[in-house]
Amino acid sequence: MSGSIAQPPNNTLPLSVRDLTVAWYRKPVIWDVGLDVTPGQLVGVIGPNGAGKSTFLKAIMDLVPRASGRIEIFGQSYKRSRHRVGYVPQRESVDWDFPVSVLDVVTMGLYGKIGWCMPVRRHHREAALRALERVGIGEFANRQISQLSGGQQQRTFLARALVQDADLYLMDEPFAAVDAATEKAIVQILREMKQAGKTTIVIHHDLHTVPEYFDSVVLLNMRVVASGPTETVFTRDNLEKTYGGRLTLLDEATEAMRRRERTL
Amino acid sequence: MSALSNWSWDYDGWIVLAGILCAVAASLPGNFLLLRRMSLLGDAISHAILPGLAVAFLITGSRSSLPMFLGAVIVGLLTAVFTEWIRNFGEVDEGASMGVVFTTLFALGLVMIVQAADHVDLDPGCVLYGSLETTTFDMVNVAGTEIPRVVLVLAAVTVINLVVVVLFFKELKLSAFDPALATTCGISARLMHYLLMIIVAVTAVASFESVGNILVVAMFVVPPATAFLLTERLRSMIIVSALIAAVSATLGHVSALVVPSWFGYRSTSTSGMMALCAGILFFAVSLFAPQHGVLIRILRRQRLSRRILSEDLIALLYRMDERKSGVVASIDQLRAALLSGGLMSSLLMKQHARKGHVIATANGYQLTDSGRRLGAELVRSHRLWEQYLVSEGGVAVDRIHGQAEQLEHFTGRELRDRLQQETSAPVLDPHGSPIPPE
Repeated sequence: MSGSIAQPPNNTLPLSVRDLTVAWYRKPVIWDVGLDVTPGQLVGVIGPNGAGKSTFLKAIMDLVPRASGRIEIFGQSYKRSRHRVGYVPQRESVDWDFPVSVLDVVTMGLYGKIGWCMPVRRHHREAALRALERVGIGEFANRQISQLSGGQQQRTFLARALVQDADLYLMDEPFAAVDAATEKAIVQILREMKQAGKTTIVIHHDLHTVPEYFDSVVLLNMRVVASGPTETVFTRDNLEKTYGGRLTLLDEATEAMRRRERTL
Repeated sequence: MSALSNWSWDYDGWIVLAGILCAVAASLPGNFLLLRRMSLLGDAISHAILPGLAVAFLITGSRSSLPMFLGAVIVGLLTAVFTEWIRNFGEVDEGASMGVVFTTLFALGLVMIVQAADHVDLDPGCVLYGSLETTTFDMVNVAGTEIPRVVLVLAAVTVINLVVVVLFFKELKLSAFDPALATTCGISARLMHYLLMIIVAVTAVASFESVGNILVVAMFVVPPATAFLLTERLRSMIIVSALIAAVSATLGHVSALVVPSWFGYRSTSTSGMMALCAGILFFAVSLFAPQHGVLIRILRRQRLSRRILSEDLIALLYRMDERKSGVVASIDQLRAALLSGGLMSSLLMKQHARKGHVIATANGYQLTDSGRRLGAELVRSHRLWEQYLVSEGGVAVDRIHGQAEQLEHFTGRELRDRLQQETSAPVLDPHGSPIPPE
């Protein structure tokens, strides 16, 4: 290779995770996870319920404390590259009876940029409306969010992520319980985002659509079972390893530790 | 209204103002407590500050000092901190940990006050129920005007709360709606939580020593809950909650004077009555609210069932007309087939006659062309649904009628076209009846 690389290539990675462990009362939720994500990829995170997929995303954004591990986003700590990361939480994580309009929710994606105590201005609202139109629900902008269907709620969240104009997106089950039209619209947007050079990591449940949607996959079950390009990694063998065997012995050991703590 | 003849603006005016200020000040942060489903934290903090007051009081020996105020605010904040600790380390839910913290602190404060009561002038009863009635006993001269100290303190608190809510509106809103997103945007949800706790504690302390606990606890919760039923936007919810708080306070004082006199008693606790008024307002709103009110929901349900009966009548007449064209059906025949009330059925049939769907004859009703079209649409929807449920859903033929009977009333042209497509345009339904064309 030529010696003219100014930065080590590792520094330009949207996401680099080393030895990440997150524990809940000593019981590891994810354990020793390592992962490199290259730019412009659409990455699916696959794994059974309770495999720690959501925790993994949250740990990347410092939303849950980690027991160990190092995370770099575009070569820097999360704190310093926070503005380059967009997050789409699970739809159920918020209260959809909250007294705000659809446009308000999308505008929230800009709050970080607007800055403390500064008011939301007209051009912010216009940007939010454009994002709503892009996901196909511009006409609902002034509805209260309680009037939205599940698919429309998910589109609202996606629009909110779009206005954030981040470089790395972390999405927690954007396809969960949405109608077919919404699923198609979301896939379309994800592809457009990829074309614009964005990197997106998506927690996904429907195994049938994985090869169609994602460039690469991470098979997660507490630890990373396998990761890499979809065509080489998304194999029956790897899926069996992911969905079949949990680290049951590890579970037993930590359970014993907890019991010990309780009896002492 | 003779009880109001003693009304004096110099006395009652100040009491009402103090009540309004306390109510408005509490309702402002109360909105965010409500939306974050931690309304009871206002209650908890209001009780838990008692030991803070007592300690500061024992140290300084004075009731109106700044140290006392700060001591209580700090203990109020500790309530929030302890609650979170116990929830995290004790593995119990928020309600239980809150209960543990505030009852313990409150009891501690009570013990301390009673211990100190021999040589100090601090009355636990007064702290609980408040002494709004003594508002004018402690006046301060401000620029030549005599103003009750209580009013000054509560006005300051109201202004502080207003400034915080206006200035941090966006941040409070986001961290209440989606704390994870707030934190990832650099707006620490934890920081906003404690900012909210500070103004809740300041409000509680300021109210505690002047208007009593019951009023401030009620105003943290009840006006925001009432406003929540009436509004669809956070901004209007906050404004409406403040208005409701002010109205409750005003009504409260007036009724404290007037209502007992109806029953031959003398006036009752003002702050208690203010809180009671807020509760009554909430009850009234939950009955009469235009969107979520109980009454409007009953009305809506009734209108829907009337519409369904009206459609059922036409569909029934259509089916009879199918068997024997130009049939005349009496209201009793229709009623018996639908098992419906006589009065409502006749009313609805008269309505159909007015709209030209049927012709009223001496022996009953006969479908017109427009009525036949209407009936055909309904029966078409019904039979398409039956076909769909059998062919696409695999439902047994004897179980489909009830389902289709409901669905037909909510099926428009577009949905019928799609049903027709999905069932590959059948001519007969599963029972062998013809499906009328569109």
